[in-house]
Amino acid sequence: MTQATTALGAKEATPYVDDVIKKFVLAATFWGIVGFLAGDFIAWQLAFPALNLDLEWFSFGRLRPVHTSAVIFAFGGNVLFASSFFIVQRTSRASLFGGSAFAHFIFWGYQLFIVLAASGYVLGITQGKEYAEPEWYTDLWLTIVWVCYLVAFVGTLYKRKEPHIYVANWFFLAFIITIAMLHLGNNLAVPTAIFGGTWWRSYEIYAGVQDALTQWWYGHNAVGFFLTAGFLGIMYYFVPKRAERPVYSYRLSIVHFWALIFLYIWAGPHHLHYTALPDWAQTLGMTFSVMLWMPSWGGMINGLMTLSGAWDKLRTDPVIRFLVTSVAFYGMSTFEGPMMSIKAVNSLSHYTDWGIGHVHSGGLGWVAFVSFGALYCLVPTLWRRKQLYSMRLVSYHFWIATIGIVLYITSMWISGIMQGLMWRAYDNLGFLQYSFVETVAAMHPYYIIRAIGGVLFLTGALIMAYNFYRTIKGDVRKEAPYEAPVAATARG
Amino acid sequence: MSILKHHAKIETNVVLLMVGILLTVIIGGIVEIVPLFTITETIEKVEGMRPYSPLEQEGRNIYVREGCYVCHSQMIRPFRDEVERYGHYSLAAESMYDHPFQWGSKRIGPDLARVGGKYSNDWHTRHLTNPRDVVPESIMPTYRHLHHPLNYDDITANMETLRVVGVPYTEDDIANAKEDLVAQATTDASTDAFLQRYPKANLGKKDKTTDQITEMDALVAYLQVLGTLVDFSTQKPDSIR
Repeated sequence: MTQATTALGAKEATPYVDDVIKKFVLAATFWGIVGFLAGDFIAWQLAFPALNLDLEWFSFGRLRPVHTSAVIFAFGGNVLFASSFFIVQRTSRASLFGGSAFAHFIFWGYQLFIVLAASGYVLGITQGKEYAEPEWYTDLWLTIVWVCYLVAFVGTLYKRKEPHIYVANWFFLAFIITIAMLHLGNNLAVPTAIFGGTWWRSYEIYAGVQDALTQWWYGHNAVGFFLTAGFLGIMYYFVPKRAERPVYSYRLSIVHFWALIFLYIWAGPHHLHYTALPDWAQTLGMTFSVMLWMPSWGGMINGLMTLSGAWDKLRTDPVIRFLVTSVAFYGMSTFEGPMMSIKAVNSLSHYTDWGIGHVHSGGLGWVAFVSFGALYCLVPTLWRRKQLYSMRLVSYHFWIATIGIVLYITSMWISGIMQGLMWRAYDNLGFLQYSFVETVAAMHPYYIIRAIGGVLFLTGALIMAYNFYRTIKGDVRKEAPYEAPVAATARG
Repeated sequence: MSILKHHAKIETNVVLLMVGILLTVIIGGIVEIVPLFTITETIEKVEGMRPYSPLEQEGRNIYVREGCYVCHSQMIRPFRDEVERYGHYSLAAESMYDHPFQWGSKRIGPDLARVGGKYSNDWHTRHLTNPRDVVPESIMPTYRHLHHPLNYDDITANMETLRVVGVPYTEDDIANAKEDLVAQATTDASTDAFLQRYPKANLGKKDKTTDQITEMDALVAYLQVLGTLVDFSTQKPDSIR
């Protein structure tokens, strides 16, 4: 049986396909916790190598892709499916194209992709390309699921009753189309099975320098389109919705949308500064990365300024706090990124933890926080509860996770810059001052601080999961509601 | 900003919007990636580069399988400290047969682009078995499971696949793949024909714990060839342009 629900307060009853969105929300919560747990475990491994457990399936090299794929594709992906399906139906006033059964195929197909990918890594089945580790058979399966996603999304837009396509959907559409292009372009490989070899190995058609740039054309735009464009779509719906204010500037959204998707694609070579990639490509990548700062901040300004006249909600609504803080982190990491893409800065930051810190200020601060904000909006709506079980718990989640992020990124800034400086340090006789392993040993305290930050972030997510569980059960916690502060004059 | 008024045409037409997006996102990749295949100077003309020997390629598969690239780069940048620490900066030509490339993006451990010949086979075997036996401060995982026998049934299929994607293995190379693998991994086999095909390959048994050919033998053979094929004492900047 499929269950179609009706939008509350819609003027005409449009049956929305919402049952599958509930599943995406639960999957996102589950995979988020799995991904954070995997990340924190490998963070502890770097501090205490005994945690590799002397077992091949638990070694850092095999678990690190489990962490990255779990947080990006499993957590982030399920959040994007949930929110894009939710938003496209409501902003189009149309039910999901293909109906519930088709959407359920996409849901289970995507979960199968995640399980195929992750189980492969643990067993040592990998293409050996960062964020594109799944082997050819998993890639093919994802391609099928992704085409279905495109069909469901575009089909819904096509039968919309609203004349205009809402801005959030531009971003979702750009994300879906571009990820398809990148996935196909970067994963072209020949399976060894065609010559009678094993079924789980293939060789990439590109080699060396061409493979490197194709990989970072893919890798950087997995950030640009999966982790940015898609989540900007979330921002453009949930920030105005929750703040009950219109989007700050329609013109700005047009300009920053096209500028963002045009410029992002060029930025990949900044991952390859000073390598054997030709200089012209490095310079091009650096130039476009610096230019990218502008549309990124255009998006940030459009998000933050939407709060104009509603800033007081930050005090009374911790969900808004998640959304606004995520946009602030987006602004910060999209400034840090262009700065790190400048070759002189990159000569220090590349190969160090600074890059890891940068990724996590974007990943935890922007992607995860905007996701948490969206999930906190979605759960009561989808399960038709008046409110969340506890707003106080949302607030706890917010502060615990924020402290976790601060510990994470500050420790990685310090360790990254320190390691970069130690590598290039000379003593007064003109010899390299430190052996490599001395720089590894110097990282130890920062690896511990980072892992503690991770524990806090994971704790926040567990609080969120508990809050969802009680909300879905229909419980409401007895607690003093957050009230608007009494005006100062009222006291006097 | 009258031009923005025309945006209504795009945002009311889903097909137009899709086409617009596709055209916008396709340009950057084409301009940056296609010339890498067409500009011939992209890959320097150097002497000494050859495809990996069968045992080295099997070792490379293990390197990829274990995710070594997650912590080790294979790309030395042209800075004084890197050149002193690791050796001559890396050339594009040195990874021209690498499917996939393994340049890496993070140095949790040191760069391995020129690790070949820096340490003895015994050192590598002990280090991979338990890194802290030889480097007490190391945070690298142990790789005891590499003492398992190497399954090289697929070596011919692997080399044939690599030939399809552009690695210049000859008929001769492929026909002799298994014999070559055994010749490199054991001590008593004749290696003349093998060394003709794969000069500078590291010969002999590496893993002394067993007489069988192990995954350790393959991985160490791969590590020992890294960065050794181009002789930088004879290579001059002018000759590689």
